[in-house]
Amino acid sequence: MDRQLLIASTLCFFTALVRTLLAARDGISLHGRFNFFAIGLGFLFQTAFLSVRGHALGRCPLTNLFEVFIFLAWSVALIYLLIGPAYRLSLMGAFTAPLVFAVQTFALAVPIDVPHHARLPANPWLEFHASISMIAYGAFALACVAGVMYLVQERQLKTHQIHSIFYRLPPLTNLFAAITRLLWLGFALYTAGLISGFFTGGPLPRLKMVAAFAVWLFYGAILQGRHLRWFAPKRVATLCILAFSAAVSVLWAINFVSQTRPV
Amino acid sequence: MTNLFCIGISHHTAKVETRERAASGCVEALILPTCNRVEVYGAADSFIGTEQIVRCLAESETIEDAGAFYRHDGEDCVRHLFRVVSGLDSMVIGETEILGQAKKVYENARASGNAGPLLHRLFQRAFRAAKQVRSRTEITRGAVSVGSVAVELAVKIFGDLSECKVLLLGAGETSERTARALSSRGVIDIRVSNRSPGRAEMLAAVVRGRAVPFTEWSEQCAEIDILLSSTAAGEPLLTPGILSPLIRDRLDRPLFIIDIAVPRDVAPEVNEMDGVFLYDIDSLQSIAAQSLALRRQQIAAGEEIIAEHVSDFRTRYGQFGGAAKYLPVSGGLDEAALRASEL
Repeated sequence: MDRQLLIASTLCFFTALVRTLLAARDGISLHGRFNFFAIGLGFLFQTAFLSVRGHALGRCPLTNLFEVFIFLAWSVALIYLLIGPAYRLSLMGAFTAPLVFAVQTFALAVPIDVPHHARLPANPWLEFHASISMIAYGAFALACVAGVMYLVQERQLKTHQIHSIFYRLPPLTNLFAAITRLLWLGFALYTAGLISGFFTGGPLPRLKMVAAFAVWLFYGAILQGRHLRWFAPKRVATLCILAFSAAVSVLWAINFVSQTRPV
Repeated sequence: MTNLFCIGISHHTAKVETRERAASGCVEALILPTCNRVEVYGAADSFIGTEQIVRCLAESETIEDAGAFYRHDGEDCVRHLFRVVSGLDSMVIGETEILGQAKKVYENARASGNAGPLLHRLFQRAFRAAKQVRSRTEITRGAVSVGSVAVELAVKIFGDLSECKVLLLGAGETSERTARALSSRGVIDIRVSNRSPGRAEMLAAVVRGRAVPFTEWSEQCAEIDILLSSTAAGEPLLTPGILSPLIRDRLDRPLFIIDIAVPRDVAPEVNEMDGVFLYDIDSLQSIAAQSLALRRQQIAAGEEIIAEHVSDFRTRYGQFGGAAKYLPVSGGLDEAALRASEL
């Protein structure tokens, strides 16, 4: 039942992706509103999936890599729905939908949904730590998406090769402002997640801690460099993409290492 | 059956002198006069000949260039109006001014009682079709003149231009036009620097900016967001060596340089610097040409939308004498009959 909800959600993101590709092929306007509603519906199905899974587990559904990926996809959609309209970044949906679709399709296709037979005791701190960290990842993912949009727009402006998408993408300064805000939001949430990790009561695996702090330092360095104007916007955008790639790799590694116990 | 028709002359069929002659007079009819066309839209119970309308338009018994006039009846008339109002028939494809002009003409005709129920439906549907063509295609995308390309690029770099500081280096005519265009998009802080201080003062007064001594222009690069250069210097005034120390402290703010001088005022290598976007006259013209090509690609998509609206209009309101052919009628225009039948 819960996987069917997830398939329905994935189809919504797929619809937004196909609509974007068709619009790009035909050179017609990309309807931000269509993507927004498609992603909104996909988000509702994701939420329903997480709710059903959470009730079945009796805790926040972050017990295996499959659930981690779905929670990450849910966080990306959540942050997009919250910030997309506020910062007039509706086209971000055209970039967000493929990312979420790819993550969910991968999660559904690969046999990583290994059930935990033992019913784990509820630990509010652990669940807060895990969920807030995943939402932070969602913000970092969207900073990465905004970074890609920035680089696409910057490249067109530098090379003087203006394509149809140029007119649909937001101005460079708006994109850079969105990147900065998303970085700050993600960093604040991630910091809260790290701090709450110390209150979970369980032993703190050294590898997990080192990896988590490495990600925290990476994003901290980007923000510091941006604040002190060491980095040009283009470099910040590039670093956002690199940092998110690194963060996802670390997330994977952490989960791989701690397969025997929940995240 | 009511005959719906359009008789007109446009940039497709006549020289500007002919269009000027046709544009004068005949103000009582629903005439759509723009820079490049004069068209009469009407609905009449009896057939109205083209000659009658043309004579009325030309205010003369002798009609020169009569062959330049065209006629569309019934469904063709509906399609033609939808294409015209959507900018598909314009000299600059996708231009939006025509929609405003059509709305104004229609409002005047409605207020004076010359537009009745059929023309009301026709024009309202034309406005809807035009709106859809504009929103569902890229027909209005991209600027097609050097000045408007520069402004559009500035908007795509900075978003809101009201906070931007602009320096005009050189006081040529193109600089003035571009500065006016930037000003119309919200730019307030305009500085002018020229070898001749008098000319700088004059242009500064025109664009409501302030003059900056020519010896100090390069220092301005630390502050400004847009540099518009058009001097008659024989060699580049701005090179990476000069610019680099000036923009070191403004790494997070882009600098947009528009170099419309020939030979160029700014060394091309400047474009390779982080956060600097350099456009010369060739690149601006190339983008204008790209935009025009992009608009042309959108014509088919626009025609599809129009075909849907024409079909729907026909389904709702009938044929309107679409099969009627041009039959010249001798004698003058029966203005009373024409008015009575809502021309």
